[in-house]
Amino acid sequence: MIMEYEVVIGMEIHAQLLTKSKLFCGCSTEFGAEPNSQCCPICLGFPGSLPMMNRKAVDHIITTALALNCTVARESIFARKNYFYPDLPKAYQISQDDQPLGEKGYLDIMDSSRRIRIRRIHLEEDAGKLVHTEGEPFSLVDYNRGGASLMEIVTEPDIRSAEEAAAYITELRSILRYIGVCDGNMEEGSLRCEPNISLRLRGAKEFGVKVELKNINSIRAVQRGVAYEVERQSQILNEGGTVIQETRRWDEANGVTISMRSKEEAHDYRYFPEADLVRVVVDNAWLNRMAAALPELPQARRERFIAAYGLPAYDAGVLTESKEIGDFFDKVAAISHDYKAVSNWIMGELMRLLNETGQSLEQTHMTPEVLAEIIALVDKGAINLKSAKEVFEESFRTGKAPSKIVADRGMTQISDEAALSGIIEDVIAANSKVAEDFQAGKEAALGFLVGQVMKETRGQANPAIVNKLLREKL
Amino acid sequence: MNIYDMTLHQLRKMLSEGDITVQEIYSSFAGRIEEVESKVGAFVNLASDIAELQAHKAADRWSEGRNVTPITGLPVAIKDNISLAGVPNTCSSKMLKNYIPPYNATVVEKLAEDGALFIGKTNLDEFAMGSSTETSALKITRNPWNLDYVPGGSSGGSAAAVAAGESPAALGSDTGGSIRQPASFCGVVGMKPTYGRVSRYGLVAFAGSLDQIGPITRDVHDCAIMMNALSGHDICDSTSADVPIPDHTTGLKQDIRGLRIGLPGELFHEGIDASIREAVYAAVDLLTGMGAECVELSMPHLEYSVPVYYILATAEAGSNMARYDGVQYGYRASGAEDILDMYIRTRSEGLGTEVKRRIMLGTYMLSSGYYDAFYLKAQKVRTLIKNDFDRAFTRVDLLLSPVTPTTAFKAGKRADDPLQMYLSDICTIPANLAGLPAMSIPCGFDNGLPVGMQIIGKPFDEITMLRAAYAYEQSTDWHKRRAVITG
Repeated sequence: MIMEYEVVIGMEIHAQLLTKSKLFCGCSTEFGAEPNSQCCPICLGFPGSLPMMNRKAVDHIITTALALNCTVARESIFARKNYFYPDLPKAYQISQDDQPLGEKGYLDIMDSSRRIRIRRIHLEEDAGKLVHTEGEPFSLVDYNRGGASLMEIVTEPDIRSAEEAAAYITELRSILRYIGVCDGNMEEGSLRCEPNISLRLRGAKEFGVKVELKNINSIRAVQRGVAYEVERQSQILNEGGTVIQETRRWDEANGVTISMRSKEEAHDYRYFPEADLVRVVVDNAWLNRMAAALPELPQARRERFIAAYGLPAYDAGVLTESKEIGDFFDKVAAISHDYKAVSNWIMGELMRLLNETGQSLEQTHMTPEVLAEIIALVDKGAINLKSAKEVFEESFRTGKAPSKIVADRGMTQISDEAALSGIIEDVIAANSKVAEDFQAGKEAALGFLVGQVMKETRGQANPAIVNKLLREKL
Repeated sequence: MNIYDMTLHQLRKMLSEGDITVQEIYSSFAGRIEEVESKVGAFVNLASDIAELQAHKAADRWSEGRNVTPITGLPVAIKDNISLAGVPNTCSSKMLKNYIPPYNATVVEKLAEDGALFIGKTNLDEFAMGSSTETSALKITRNPWNLDYVPGGSSGGSAAAVAAGESPAALGSDTGGSIRQPASFCGVVGMKPTYGRVSRYGLVAFAGSLDQIGPITRDVHDCAIMMNALSGHDICDSTSADVPIPDHTTGLKQDIRGLRIGLPGELFHEGIDASIREAVYAAVDLLTGMGAECVELSMPHLEYSVPVYYILATAEAGSNMARYDGVQYGYRASGAEDILDMYIRTRSEGLGTEVKRRIMLGTYMLSSGYYDAFYLKAQKVRTLIKNDFDRAFTRVDLLLSPVTPTTAFKAGKRADDPLQMYLSDICTIPANLAGLPAMSIPCGFDNGLPVGMQIIGKPFDEITMLRAAYAYEQSTDWHKRRAVITG
């Protein structure tokens, strides 16, 4: 009886920012280096060291705040969040409490049918990573990630279903990638999401008891984890039980959530202003510079693709998911005006090959000019679709010009009626029984004959013309 | 005159005239340390290897006449909460007794470039928390003027080393008076520069919004020389100020005619010993005689300085001390059952009573439900105190006051009375709360123990303070007296 309840979800996102160095020191942030090889006295919190603010990280937060329709704080301060944990070298995290860099924004999802309000966006440092060794009485700490710049984005409790939760993450990830602030890689943990989920009777004003979900490593896991939690909680409520306020871990392999810790162990973080950093003052010039550099965002681009190119909503969605693909579409569409054909090529062959090779578009030889040329060749009947796909793949892999591939491989489509007449006559002669069947009214027989002509011409005959000539001759 | 009794500028003059060598200077101070250190106990560690190497390099610079600065070849002692790479930075705590920093503080880099000799690391109250150097977990430091008395604190080792002739200059750090009070107790000159004038990078934090590194020297001229060496913007310390650095030694000799000096009544109250008030008033008369205009004024919020300070400083300290958890470096207790047990044992065994007291106070001040009543209110009063100074400085150029309510007290006398100890910081704390430069210079003796007076200046106007201090010093000879170490 889930219907009796309203699902209330708020989402906390931690996004590792694409900065070359950490938030407060010059150490590299590259993923996968040898443990504790990217550390220094500052990110290790050695006695006497002090933080230095990474301006690029602040740039990224301002850009994100603008993209999510937030108010950018003109004066922002940092605060210490105090707690003991071995992955936190100073036993406090430099974060923001009052006066975060961004506040009061929103993100529209589900074709703009739902608006999710953003409560705040702030900048903080990441912690290190504990490594637990099976059977050993100790744990190890890797501080490589410690002090990396991290952005926290917190929504209001506006999400109402697992689908909306997944849609929110999908849209947000797409935006973060568009504006180049985060690579959005959930498996490597550069984008981490923690939904908190509660149920309340439909129409109730007060919130139910919330459960925070951790260990979500993909968008699919967001949807599955939230759906599981909604089901679990409604079952508890239906049976007259009460939900416990706690943090639960999503177990991907078994498709369940497992209790990690209850809120009884909740911390008093004793936030207070960080005296080692001066306040960040964002003046008009800085704000204008960030606003001017903001690219077209996925939603606007989707709407434009539908309106300007007449694309179906589905196509517009797929083509704008990544900025790279959307940019590519725009460039091809500037040369080739058969927009649906452009869309088909990109959604079909291009994405298939990108998936297959694991490359980004930039790493391949495919260019807007090449795709436009292939489309033109098909359009004027110079090659058929089957050949065109072969040409596409070769250009994709080698960068060879389509016209050259067509010439070298003798792929030019035969549309010349005189050239085809002789072959057609030979085919009719060799298959006289089938020809008679057709003349006797068996339509399907024609298909066989067309096939034979195509075979004789190694697929280069123009099927429409073959069809027309066969009918005439029979 | 013994070499070890000389000032930086005297030694510098002899070096430049070829009357002495760097080696002779180093040997004299090393010998003096040998002679008196067992009685004074100023040093936690002597960095002899480093100092000897630096002496050789400095000697080369002098013989080649290349890159010679006002302190090339001259010893400077360093308070043991300032990072010198490769030498333990103990903070006089069991917690960091064996912690060797891998990097240099910015001030250490600057002094090293100038060719100073790092003669040793000086004792302090544990993590600079104390006013007598008695909270040091590692050793006892005594006042060179009378070994039964404390040298003050927390930079007690630095002040004692300079007063005892073990080093001509030393670095201290000052959060609520930790340079000025021991300088006053030991009869030497100590300056806490304007907040932001000197980089804090490499200074182990007690309370970052109040801490400032500064010099302890034998006279005002040396103080100016050290200020030149230490000052400057540092990208490693975002709170260090990017403002022009004057030459602090120019203008020392200008007269002080017309200089307006304010005497805040709140710092001359009845809690201050009469002998100290008399010594400071005598100095006021002398300055007036030289053409300064001294006026009494009132700064009503100064009386809240001590509670405001002990709320804000302990709040920050509680957070700053949290990193000493036994995970990465320093002391780690053995026999722990789990991580929480390791934290508890390590911190229980590794930290001393006064440090624990301040951690507990600070944690309380920031706790949920108390933050507004304590921390936030204290911040507001801090602003009111700043405003009092702003108002005063529209009328006067400098403020003058006692440094401490009493001269040095007997060892052990106040160790069990923390409140009395806290209250004795009344005169020095306001300058930290307002981020202002303040210095202590000798202005007399009482029962054989030095008396100091405090000069407080406008932000980044150390030069005017130094000018007044120099003028006073030139017409007195307190700074020329040397402690006779007996016993």
